[in-house]
Amino acid sequence: MSEIPWLSILTFLPTVVAVGLWFVNDEDPEVVASNVRGGALLASLATLAIAFGLWTGYGIFNHFDPATHEFQFVEHREWFGEGGFAYHMGIDGISLFFVVLSAFLTPLCILASWTAIKTRVKEYMIAFLVLETMMIGMFCALDVVLFYVFFEGVLVPMFLIIGVWGGPRRVYAAFKFFLYTLLGSVLMLLAIIAMYYQAGTTDIPTLMAFEFARDMQIWMWLAFFASFAVKVPMWPVHTWLPDAHVEAPTAGSVILAGVLLKMGGYGFLRFSVPMMPEASAYFTPFVYGLSVVAVIYTSLVALAQTDMKKLIAYSSVAHMAFVTVGIFAMNEQAVAGAIFQMLSHGVVSSALFLIVGVVYDRMHSRDIAAYGGLVHRMPKYAAVFMLFMLASVGLPGTSGFVGELLVMVGAFRANTWVAALIATGMVLGAAYMLYLYRRVIFGPLVKEELKSILDLDRREMLVFAPLIVAVLWMGIFPMTFLGPIEASVTNLIGNYEAALAAAGVGADPSVLAAR
Amino acid sequence: MTDLPIWVPAVPEMFVAVAGMALLLIGAFSRSDVAERIVTNLTLAAMLVALGFVLSVGGGTATAFGGMFVTDVFAIFMKVLVVLGALLAVLMSREFLAHEGIGRFEYPVLILFATLGMMVMISANNLMSVYLGLELQSLCLYVIAAFHRDSLRSSEAGLKYFVLGALSSGMLLYGISIVYGYTGNTGFAGLAESLAANGPAEIGLIVGLVFVIAGLAFKISAVPFHMWTPDVYEGAPTPVTAFFSVAPKIAAFALILRVMLDPFGPLIDEWRQVIVAIAIASMALGAYAAIAQTNIKRLMAYSSIGHVGYALMGLAAGTADGVRGVLIYFAIYLVMNIGAFACILSMRRHGDPVEGIDDLAGLSASNPRMALVLTAFMFSLAGIPWFAGFFGKLYVFMAAIDAGLYVLAIFGVLASVVAAYYYLRIVKIMYFDAAVEPLDRPTSRTLGFVMVVAALLVTTFIVYPAPLVNRAGEAARSLLAG
Repeated sequence: MSEIPWLSILTFLPTVVAVGLWFVNDEDPEVVASNVRGGALLASLATLAIAFGLWTGYGIFNHFDPATHEFQFVEHREWFGEGGFAYHMGIDGISLFFVVLSAFLTPLCILASWTAIKTRVKEYMIAFLVLETMMIGMFCALDVVLFYVFFEGVLVPMFLIIGVWGGPRRVYAAFKFFLYTLLGSVLMLLAIIAMYYQAGTTDIPTLMAFEFARDMQIWMWLAFFASFAVKVPMWPVHTWLPDAHVEAPTAGSVILAGVLLKMGGYGFLRFSVPMMPEASAYFTPFVYGLSVVAVIYTSLVALAQTDMKKLIAYSSVAHMAFVTVGIFAMNEQAVAGAIFQMLSHGVVSSALFLIVGVVYDRMHSRDIAAYGGLVHRMPKYAAVFMLFMLASVGLPGTSGFVGELLVMVGAFRANTWVAALIATGMVLGAAYMLYLYRRVIFGPLVKEELKSILDLDRREMLVFAPLIVAVLWMGIFPMTFLGPIEASVTNLIGNYEAALAAAGVGADPSVLAAR
Repeated sequence: MTDLPIWVPAVPEMFVAVAGMALLLIGAFSRSDVAERIVTNLTLAAMLVALGFVLSVGGGTATAFGGMFVTDVFAIFMKVLVVLGALLAVLMSREFLAHEGIGRFEYPVLILFATLGMMVMISANNLMSVYLGLELQSLCLYVIAAFHRDSLRSSEAGLKYFVLGALSSGMLLYGISIVYGYTGNTGFAGLAESLAANGPAEIGLIVGLVFVIAGLAFKISAVPFHMWTPDVYEGAPTPVTAFFSVAPKIAAFALILRVMLDPFGPLIDEWRQVIVAIAIASMALGAYAAIAQTNIKRLMAYSSIGHVGYALMGLAAGTADGVRGVLIYFAIYLVMNIGAFACILSMRRHGDPVEGIDDLAGLSASNPRMALVLTAFMFSLAGIPWFAGFFGKLYVFMAAIDAGLYVLAIFGVLASVVAAYYYLRIVKIMYFDAAVEPLDRPTSRTLGFVMVVAALLVTTFIVYPAPLVNRAGEAARSLLAG
């Protein structure tokens, strides 16, 4: 049974289906559209089933073993001949849930685009399925070059999704997104090559065990940081995000916020920390500084937004700054909290973008001022919105609480001031989300054009139902997720501290305080 | 004692030479209405046979004509690329020339002779045979650049190419004469020996070397010897441009690799700084100047200048990895450039060819297949993974980093981001902009076939890259061993 290359099937199934969809043709564009929609949904559901199967071990699948930090479902094949890059896939506790998250969000995106996308449905669905391949492949890749291929490959379908199906300033946003992220990535590519010549391999597990010289680590860390910081995004390189989010179609925003931002955080955990521990310790105060600025600054900016999507986009930057603090606080609570926060943010911000999408589909406006009093016409919508708004704020019982609490505890152990400062972000977060909610949902329903607005229909409820379940499940039974994460995180931190102890230098006071 | 001359390594070249002369006679003695068709078909056949000869020469290093001529795995690799490029160019020209009414039987024969010149360049093992091959190639190219005799632009392109080309040949010869004066050698083996033995190079020799580099840089259109490229690319008939952008460039690059690494290998510290400078200048100019272009052929000209800059990184590294990077780069470059030109050749409106970038507007709606294919080429040319073009860049960057050329590599990646902008702009025009007036549906089966095969190669190279990488590695080692 272990012979079946599940991760490859998981990764490439969507693309294989996408290629097939290209050949769907008919006289009537409506027939093509409905067939393609159905095919894409089935493909993404099958992918989701495999992802869940690998996690739970249900049926024919091997169980993901939560007790070990080793990579599982490993596949290793010759790829590039001489020169060494191999096709090496595998997942551990850190990547498992990102794979599940990517597989979970894609069918929801397809469902959410069911009626919203009317032009070039075929190309749209193909782009989404290719995007899914790239996302899942990136989280599974255990070879740096393979990782880079997926990491960059994401840009191609996303560029088209924003540029073809986006809003009025879509061209500007698509170019900004593409070139910004490309600029960061190419520097990482140079670091990858330098790594290859130092260590003689591009195999991630081998590189994790390899000890690079300290000076080398510093340069490499900066190069990787250039890429991941743009992806996360960290202040001050976050400016592509509001544009991309606002102009992307709803489903595009969902994937951007839900998965693409996580690539940065995942990159820190997979590369920066384990491969360059001394440099990570050296740059921890720097990351803290940027994160604290991001939390406070972008929260304040969010408070001033008049565009709903832009507000949520800025809130994403603030939430992801929690993640970077958690990752670099480097203790078990903080790192596990950072991962949990990423997953939670993946679900919650996706849901919030979908919520904006619901009213946008009806009214074609994202302006907060265009709404008000929606609770009178849309009670179901108001309830769903409230749940996710509170999850974003971090209400106990929702996923947002667990992640933020763990990060806060961990950060407090590492550096009290940082913890105190990012805590203001939680207060500001409550402020802008509640303020948004009041302006959109409450108050009298005075606007003429809103008086005939319809509540959520069944398809939309179907989109939100899994997200509601996920948010509550993550909030009430967090151990379901923290369990499998734990072994890998413990191992990551153990190696990190051992590397610092072996180096004997470079540990800054905050890290020492954490021990 | 005298040995019998060994000609076996040069059999492909001899075949091409004889075939070319025979085809001229066939063309001259055929009925004028069928001459062109017969000669074109026979040229294609001759190229296929030549390809077979090239592949059957055998892998070992062997010399002929008293050391003037050498074949090794490197030469075979490059000759395959050049002959393939020429073959595809002839194939793609047929319909275009017929449509424009400029088809003549001399055209395929000239390409065949140019190919012969390129093959001699690739196998040259003496500065004399370098010059011989280079001139045979150049003279044929001058003529086909001006092949559209009634077009002012085409004649201008040919003339410009001729004047500047003659100047560069002069510089090359001057450089060769200085090198000969200082070393008393023109053979590569003798040069390498005397340069390695004499310790630090004399300043006069370096001057000669710089002239040689300048002459060769002109042929590969590296900055600052690139001035002719945009005008010639724009003016020449489009299939000729497609040919120019691949075969002569690959041949000249093979030549510059062999000349720099084999005889002048001991002087690497002297010439590396020159190569680094022109590499950076080429990448930067290729990236920035292309942004403002409105004609797609001019854009491809600047794009090719940029690509030469990347390939020069591999030469600057001066290692087997560097050469391997260049070989992989050009193999991929050949495929994507030919594919892109197949798309450009298919751009017609009301039957007339159009060349404006804006003419592509809305192509994704009017012709989704061609738009998709051209998009793949653009992403590949920009070097975005998972397309093949990325791996070409990856290998030259690897060589540069390995050789410690960090500044060059950083300039390279930054230029590639700038260059990504103009490639993406074409995608943007096809996909994001509304159509003004749709292009005609392409009717040519040949072009459609070339396009689709090239696109498949570009997108699926990633699945099975090992054969090309291994073969290029072998070729690179054979060059450096020699």
